[in-house]
Amino acid sequence: MTLSGKGAVTGIGETAYRGGGDPRSALVLQLEASLAAIADAGLAPRDIDGIVVPMGTGGVVAEDFVTNLGIPDLRFSTVTPLGGAGSVAALQCAVAAVAGGICAHVLIPLGRTGRTGQRIGTRIQQMPQFRTVGEFEAPHGAIAPAQYYAPMARRHMELFGTTSRQLAEIAVTTRAHAILNGNATMTQPITIEDHQASRMIADPLRLLDCSLESDGGAAVVVSAAERARDLRQPRVLVTGMAEGHPDSPSAITQRPDMTRLGLAKAAPRAFAMAGVTPADIDVAEIYDCFTYIVLCQLEDLGFCAKGEGGAFVEGGALGLGGRLPVNTHGGLLSQAHMAGMNHVVELVRQLRGQAGAAQVPDAELGLVTGYGDLGDGTIAIMARG
Amino acid sequence: MTDSMPRKPVPEPSADSRPHWEGLAAGRLLLQRCGACGRVRHYPRPLCDSCHSFAVDWVEASGEAAVHSWTVAHHPFHPAFRPDLPYTLVTADLPEGVRLLAQLRGAGPEALRIGLPLRIGFEENGEGLTLPVFRLRD
Repeated sequence: MTLSGKGAVTGIGETAYRGGGDPRSALVLQLEASLAAIADAGLAPRDIDGIVVPMGTGGVVAEDFVTNLGIPDLRFSTVTPLGGAGSVAALQCAVAAVAGGICAHVLIPLGRTGRTGQRIGTRIQQMPQFRTVGEFEAPHGAIAPAQYYAPMARRHMELFGTTSRQLAEIAVTTRAHAILNGNATMTQPITIEDHQASRMIADPLRLLDCSLESDGGAAVVVSAAERARDLRQPRVLVTGMAEGHPDSPSAITQRPDMTRLGLAKAAPRAFAMAGVTPADIDVAEIYDCFTYIVLCQLEDLGFCAKGEGGAFVEGGALGLGGRLPVNTHGGLLSQAHMAGMNHVVELVRQLRGQAGAAQVPDAELGLVTGYGDLGDGTIAIMARG
Repeated sequence: MTDSMPRKPVPEPSADSRPHWEGLAAGRLLLQRCGACGRVRHYPRPLCDSCHSFAVDWVEASGEAAVHSWTVAHHPFHPAFRPDLPYTLVTADLPEGVRLLAQLRGAGPEALRIGLPLRIGFEENGEGLTLPVFRLRD
């Protein structure tokens, strides 16, 4: 049995994203996004019979949705706490649940107060996935994700000649896409020189290599493929999906190959499941907590060989009209940090042909990735159909 | 020191890691070694992932290391480290087959390249915790 084509994303919803803070709770933001996603699908809240919670921000649990949405018969609930890989991991769980006939319409809600609540940059110290580095690396002053990930970028630079200006290409292109999106936090264009002049955070990562801390919510509904035919929107099938965990998943320091992420294991399985290759992909929404993580994933996905990511991204290759349009919504770098759920929403929008000024013409096949904690990777390949 | 001054993170040793931290307090870098197959592992944990033995003994590291990668911290993610900025965090390969993360002393990051030989030293962090540090070897 394969999960390919057994589930479809039938509803998408987002709140307004705010970099300056939203006074509402993470639960309220998730409920608003969920109502939007359910309505987008043409469903009513009572039709939801499954919930996957990727990130229980604010202590939110499935029960909160039963209580607030008035769900009469929830048949499936689980959590996918893989940090930024959790949104796409939740898709795989949801497709498995509908493919197995456990339920028909699964809600995946995400929302956070990363700006006004517990700041994302230091939140990790409370997460069990960071227990090992918390004991052995934090006492040395390695506190935040930027500091754990920067040595991966530095080693990539030393081994392959990757440059900060190549990382800047990713930041600049992503910002240009955000400006096309009516719901992005960052609305001013930047140049490579702006990136090079931005202050150093954790060398070689500068401020403009880092993602935002945002308040907002995003949600999707995954339905059994045959049920999706009768719903409101053009059908977007999930045709390939996989989760991959890197070697030494709890400590990058001890990883045999520091330049390879969990996605390197997941991507070939997802492409095989979907029966497609990287060359077939029209648009890619790639988890972008930091510019380097995008570059590394492009290699791990097979768009180019290991070490060639720097050259691959040069010359606006990731822009609309480029060789591979990436993060057409502005990503975590410039739209909002919704832990990748905004990437899922954008891919569906692209494949429906509803991406407005950022629409990739005739986009029929796309992928979305997640990256979480110390290198967990997830991928979903979707097709119009 | 007053209560309002931020403190650096303090490890909470587990049964598996306590000998490692006790070794550092005595100025020795002790690494966990499988009591059955002899494989050295870091960070400390209960089970050998190679032969699945719970048996453990401890070996003292040679003190040699070589640069694997590094970062320079410029942003104060933790207030207690603000006075130390900028500081260089080096990940180094040890001849025992594991890696060690520690701050660099006595040189700036411009001196670093992959494979550069280092020596492991020890330093009290001002708050009663002894940690390894790296210096260039010569």
